[in-house]
Amino acid sequence: MSARIYPWLFVAFLASVPLWIGNQYFLYILTSAGIFIIAAISLNLLLGFTGQLSLGHVAFFGIGAYVAALSTLGFDLEFGSARFVFPRQPVWVGFFAAILVAGGFGLLIGKLAFRVRGAYFVIVTISFAQVMRMIALNWVDLTEGPMALNNIPPLSLWIPGEGVVGFFKKEYNYYLVLVLAVLSYLLVQRIVRSRVGRAMIALRENEPLALSVGVDVTRYLVVATVVSAGMAGMAGALYTHYIRIVDPDVFLFIYTVTMVIMVVTGGKGTLAGPVVGGFIFGALPELLREVASPEVQWILYGIAMIAIVFFLPQGIVPALAARFAARRGPGAKPEPEARAP
Amino acid sequence: MDQFLQHIVNGTILGGTYALLGIGLTLIFGIMRVVNFTHGELYAFGAYMAYLLVQVLQVNFFLSLVLAAALGVALGALIEFVLLRRLRGADIDTVMLVMIGAGIALQNFWQLAFSGVAKSINHPFPNLPLVFGPVSVAPIRIFVIIVAIALLIGFYLLINRTRIGVAMRASFQDPDVAALMGVNIPLMRTLTFGLGSGLAAIAGALLGPIFVVTPTMGDLVALKAFAIVILGGLGNIVGATIGGFVLGIVEEFGAGYISSGYRDAMGFLLIIVVLAFKPQGLFAAKERIG
Repeated sequence: MSARIYPWLFVAFLASVPLWIGNQYFLYILTSAGIFIIAAISLNLLLGFTGQLSLGHVAFFGIGAYVAALSTLGFDLEFGSARFVFPRQPVWVGFFAAILVAGGFGLLIGKLAFRVRGAYFVIVTISFAQVMRMIALNWVDLTEGPMALNNIPPLSLWIPGEGVVGFFKKEYNYYLVLVLAVLSYLLVQRIVRSRVGRAMIALRENEPLALSVGVDVTRYLVVATVVSAGMAGMAGALYTHYIRIVDPDVFLFIYTVTMVIMVVTGGKGTLAGPVVGGFIFGALPELLREVASPEVQWILYGIAMIAIVFFLPQGIVPALAARFAARRGPGAKPEPEARAP
Repeated sequence: MDQFLQHIVNGTILGGTYALLGIGLTLIFGIMRVVNFTHGELYAFGAYMAYLLVQVLQVNFFLSLVLAAALGVALGALIEFVLLRRLRGADIDTVMLVMIGAGIALQNFWQLAFSGVAKSINHPFPNLPLVFGPVSVAPIRIFVIIVAIALLIGFYLLINRTRIGVAMRASFQDPDVAALMGVNIPLMRTLTFGLGSGLAAIAGALLGPIFVVTPTMGDLVALKAFAIVILGGLGNIVGATIGGFVLGIVEEFGAGYISSGYRDAMGFLLIIVVLAFKPQGLFAAKERIG
């Protein structure tokens, strides 16, 4: 029972950060790390709990980013003589549209991609992200292509006593990301500990067996993909409104890789894994920026990824959990989710 | 009609190098069950080695191509020896993660070593295109397609007609029996990865003089190689060869008749369409090698 309090103590600690941290730059680092942590949490639902290596995850993130940006900026398109005008929408309409559209793409890709497994699945997901990048680059009328969408308004909220406040300040964005990250964590926790989650884990561990006892494998995989895609889309929308510019580079493979590294390092298939990995790899690039060029950083990332697979194949969280369990004695059981495939 | 012929010719030439990349990748997957995420980096490596040899060390152009391929084989064998040998029996996702890590490290190493500035390679062919009726082709491109087809045929013969080829196929079909028959399985795996990598490197060295050499040049190309391999069915060398030419021609037509911006998207759309209707690839009756 007492172990349950630690995550909340950690959240309380994070909530206190803006009160005492002097340097706004650190708040910026934490906020962007938090956005990536949400994306990593969503990826973990697929990669960790269903065991499907989705390497196109950044597509959902990017779709969310573009949908949020386009619906708050508005756009108009011409098809021959017909003209379609989409007026500016309030930021939160765009925010929820981002989640819905990304989730919709998750449904589509889930239905299509789960006809195949293993290497084929991986390649389909990568291709999907590439197609999205090509569209973002080339459909200039809609996306402005490489010129990027600028001047995206920040999110805003009605706060008692202050009225409607645009989230220009770093603290507001920090708290917003913190709240949404906690909600994402709780949602995944809830799914994983439900019937659906047990079915997912069953099919990760032994798909033929799960099928034979009547688990509708494809349905659960599609459900996982939709939730995961919607959550990644939300992270994308947060990113858009925080950075306030979005260009086709949000679809780069390297961002998928970043999410995968976060999940694998922290421990895939554990609830805390993406959070731990996300803090490490969200903060590391900023801290290394002073001492190492980006190329050197990426070389180190690549080597770190290899080293983790070789020396800590289950990730940091399961390794720590096993160590604590060993200290507590042979009777102590590790967390049920802590089994990585 | 004239344009049509020109597109066919351009697509075939492009397809030849795609096929080289595709068969390397499909061979590695077929025999080793490794989705090779370093393939694009070996392609870039081949191009950089050609650049280094031709532009910096002033070595003969044709000799440089051979040396670039040989260095590609060596680097591939090294990767297999250092990383993959320890991962035998590991599940396919684990191996993929390691290869992604290796790919990122290599790509950024090229960036560090050669800077991000695009490099060009001089070639000894005249720049004036040869004109055959309605079609015009640069001599270097004719050279590239001849070399590519020669390599494809040579490789096909190696796999199907030689003892090494038999040993390779045997170690894919039944490693235990192959080992019992005296096939050195670890050596076959090193050789397979080396040869596949060598093909990627020579493809890079051949295309380097036509386009320019950049550290990220392998990114898109590697993804296209995946598309080719899917088209042909994983592990199917003939399928990958045909897949390479199909992709080259489809891209050329897509660029010519739809929009040049979407040229690179064609391959991925092709993958998605193929997998939606024929998940095991166009040419695969079942998974096989050869």
